[in-house]
Amino acid sequence: MIEARSIVKRFGDFTALDDVTVEVAEGSLTALLGPSGSGKSTLLRVIAGLERPDAGNVCLDGVDVTNVPPQQRGVGFVFQHYAAFKHMTVWDNVAFGLTIRRRPRGEVKQRVAELLELVQLSRLAKRYPAQLSGGQRQRMGLARALAVDPKVLLLDEPFGALDARVRKELRVWLRRLHDETHTTTVIVTHDQEEAMDVADNVVVMNGGHIEQIAPPRELYDHPANEFVMSFVGPVNQLGDTFIRPHDVELLLEPNGATQEAMVQRLVHLGFEVRVELVRDDGEVLSAQLTREQVESLELQPGQIVYVRPTRQTVFS
Amino acid sequence: MIGRYGVRFAALGYLGLLLGFPVGYVFWRTFRHGFWPAWHAVTTPDALHALKVTLILAGIAVPANTIFGVLAGLAIVRYRFRGAGVFNAVVDLPLALSPVVVGLALLLLYGRGGWLGGHNVVFALPGMVLATMFVSLPFVVREVVPVLREIGTEQEQAASTLGANAWQTFWRVTWPAIRWATAYGVVLTTARALGEFGAVSVVSGRLAGQTESLTLYVQDRYQSFDEVGAYAAAVVLALIAVTTLVLMTALKPKEETR
Repeated sequence: MIEARSIVKRFGDFTALDDVTVEVAEGSLTALLGPSGSGKSTLLRVIAGLERPDAGNVCLDGVDVTNVPPQQRGVGFVFQHYAAFKHMTVWDNVAFGLTIRRRPRGEVKQRVAELLELVQLSRLAKRYPAQLSGGQRQRMGLARALAVDPKVLLLDEPFGALDARVRKELRVWLRRLHDETHTTTVIVTHDQEEAMDVADNVVVMNGGHIEQIAPPRELYDHPANEFVMSFVGPVNQLGDTFIRPHDVELLLEPNGATQEAMVQRLVHLGFEVRVELVRDDGEVLSAQLTREQVESLELQPGQIVYVRPTRQTVFS
Repeated sequence: MIGRYGVRFAALGYLGLLLGFPVGYVFWRTFRHGFWPAWHAVTTPDALHALKVTLILAGIAVPANTIFGVLAGLAIVRYRFRGAGVFNAVVDLPLALSPVVVGLALLLLYGRGGWLGGHNVVFALPGMVLATMFVSLPFVVREVVPVLREIGTEQEQAASTLGANAWQTFWRVTWPAIRWATAYGVVLTTARALGEFGAVSVVSGRLAGQTESLTLYVQDRYQSFDEVGAYAAAVVLALIAVTTLVLMTALKPKEETR
C-alpha cells in the first residue's frame, strides 16, 4: 500500500506537484494518467525516493519513508528509456539487485533463471542490452526490478519508447503478470487507452493537481470535470455541452429534437466509422458509427443528416 | 575512388611530414653508429638519474590527476554547485597558460621571499612535481566529462532503486562506463607529464644528476654537443610514450569497440 500525502514539489519557479494526495491499495494496479508536465512522473519519482518532496510525506506499507533513500525503500522502478546497464549482460542486469544484497550464488542463479523465463528472455541471457530490441530491453528492465521482490513496482511510461504493436503486447503481458504476482503497481502513462486497458484504478492528473481518481469505467461514464471528460476519450464540445462521438445518433429525417448537419468526411477505422459533420450554425462535431449503421444510412460526403445526442454532459 | 585515396594520401602525408619523418630521423641518428653507443649514452649515471626523476614526476602526477580528474568530472556533471561553471573553466587553465608562466608562478610563490617560500620546494623535486601536476591536470577531466554527460543519470538511479549505495553504484555502474575515457585521459596525462619541459625547466634549477628530468637532460646533452646522448635520451622518451599507447590499446577489450 502506498500513501502519498500533501506532496509539494517545485523545480525553480515551476510547481510540478501542488499538494497532491493519493492512496494506492495493496495489490492493485493503478495508472497515473495525464498530459506531459502534469506531474505524474514526478509523483512516481517522489514515491521511489528519486526526488525529494518540498512538503508532504510518503508511506509504504504504513511506514513513513519520506527521508529514506531509494536503495532502502524496496521499490522496483522501470524507466521509459530502460536504463539498462550497458556493460552487463541480460543475466547480470537481472541479477544486479541480488548480488548487491550478497545473496548466495545458488539462490541468485535460480531466481534469475525464473525471472528470465517469466519475461521470455532465457535464450538471450548472455546478450548485451545493445543487442536487444526495445521490447526485450523493457522486459529485462521489468525482470531486473522484480528480482528484489519489491514492495511496490513503479513504471515510468514503460512502453512510451516502443512502437504501437509492441506496446499493446507488453500491456496485455503486464496485466497478466500483475494478476499472477499481485505486486502493488503504479504505471505512469499519457495514453488514456493504455491506462484504461491495464489499470484497476486511474488517477487523472493535470497541472500538478489530481483531477479525479476512479476505476476506468466510472472515469469514462462519470468524469468529474471537463478536463477528465476530454482527456479520457474523444469528445465533441458544443457550447457548455459535451457529447461523446458514440452518443451521437444520425437520422435521415428531422424529428423535432434534431439539428441539421452536413457530412463532411467519412473515416473508416475497420469496424468503426468516424463521421465528421458540420452543423448549420457552423459547429463541427464527429459521430462514431458502426460500418453497418453507415451502410444502412447510405451516408455520403455532402449529404444532409439530422443529429440527435443520445447522451450529453454539462459541467456546472 | 580517386577522392577517397586522395584524402588518405593527404592525411598520411601530413602525418608523415610532421610526425613520422622527424621522429624517424631521431631514431636513425641515435642508432647511426650502432646500438651500443646509444645504450652507453642512456646508461650514464646522469641519464639514469634523469630517467628516474621523470618516472617519479609521472608516477606522482598521473595517479593524482587521475583521481582528481574522475572526482572533478563527477562534481562538474552530477552535482550542481555554486561556481561549477567557473570551476569547469579553471580546469582548462593549464591548457591555455604557457608552461613557462606556470613555472614562474611557482617560483614566485615558493621561491625565496615568496608567500610560501623556504620549504625546499623550488630547485628541488617537490617543485618539479607541482609543475608537472599543474600542466597535466585537465586531460582526465576533459575525457571523463563528456562521457558522464552522455550516459546520463538513469543507470545510476536504477542502481539505487535496486539497493546499491553510492559507493556500489560508482564501482558497478559509473566506473565501467567511464573507465576507457579515464584510460585515454591517463595516456594523455602520462604523455604530458613525460614531455613537460617549460614549467619544470623554470622551477628545477637544472642541476645535473639531481633535478634534471629526461627532457631537461636531452637539452643539456644537446647543448654540450653530445648528439648521441641527446638523441638516445629522446628515443627513450618516445619509447615510453609508445609503450603507454600500446598498453592501452592492448588492454582495451574488443567488445568496447562495438
